[in-house]
Amino acid sequence: MSTRIVIPLVLGSFAVLAGCASRIPRDALTLSPESLQVRQLETRRFATKDEQQILTASAALLQDMGFTLEEVNAPLGVLVGQKHRDAVRAGEVIGAILLTLFTRYPVPVDSHQTMRASLVTRPLPSGKETAVRITFQRIVYNTEERITKAEPILEPEIYQEFFAKLSKSLFLEAHQI
Amino acid sequence: MKTSITIIATVLAALALGGCKSTREHLLDSEQSQLALRQIQTKAFDTTDKEKTLRSVIATLQDLQFVIDKADLAVGVVSGTKLSGYQLKMTVTVHPRGDRQMLVRANAQYNITPVTDPEPYQQFFAALQKSMFLTAHDVD
Repeated sequence: MSTRIVIPLVLGSFAVLAGCASRIPRDALTLSPESLQVRQLETRRFATKDEQQILTASAALLQDMGFTLEEVNAPLGVLVGQKHRDAVRAGEVIGAILLTLFTRYPVPVDSHQTMRASLVTRPLPSGKETAVRITFQRIVYNTEERITKAEPILEPEIYQEFFAKLSKSLFLEAHQI
Repeated sequence: MKTSITIIATVLAALALGGCKSTREHLLDSEQSQLALRQIQTKAFDTTDKEKTLRSVIATLQDLQFVIDKADLAVGVVSGTKLSGYQLKMTVTVHPRGDRQMLVRANAQYNITPVTDPEPYQQFFAALQKSMFLTAHDVD
């Protein structure tokens, strides 16, 4: 009888202690083999020295996309935006309803998300071009306000579309790095 | 029988909670030697160009999949967040040391724990020195 209670207790307290000592993954701060590919996906170069012009056009573009700007630092070429959006997926909701009917406990589903965009301009050593790198990430919360996803957004179409729009508003062609 | 279970449970709970810290300890994070931590987190580079150093820090953080949160040239500070199933926040400050070097200091927070191991910082500075084309020197 007592062993049946003590074992889960011991395991439980180990879990608590392990939680206190959670360690950073070994590869969190190393350059991954894919980092070059990701950099190429997220970066374009434009034939202008005018960082200010790129930042102004990018700010307008982020506004078009519904981002509110949180941070701007022109001397370093940094622009940061954020938006909150719905994260409900039909398939997941249907699954959750079925599961709730079966188990009689409400099953949480993804509810809303915070999306962040960060754009950085950088003059290239040639002195005639500027590189623009944009990165997107999102945090998804469920109906219990718990985080279910925290991830970078790496779909190539998003970046292609963003840079197509940027080059249009700059009247400049976007080149791969 | 019942009492022994209660005693064991209490002892275990006390043990588990003993690992946790008070608000003051969390706020000051003072259990580790300040000096040792500062050494782990700081490197010196042979350049006087603050802007170039900060731009290299930003590029390095982006290569490491961070999204830049804040940057300021005047104060010399860059912050970023990496999301990859976990949340890793990092702040890097840059300021001149003498008239020949820039000091770069980084501190990181993994979910809700400070990063105090030397290894992640070594990895960060290894990536940074590649992007700076300069060697990172230890600071004593």
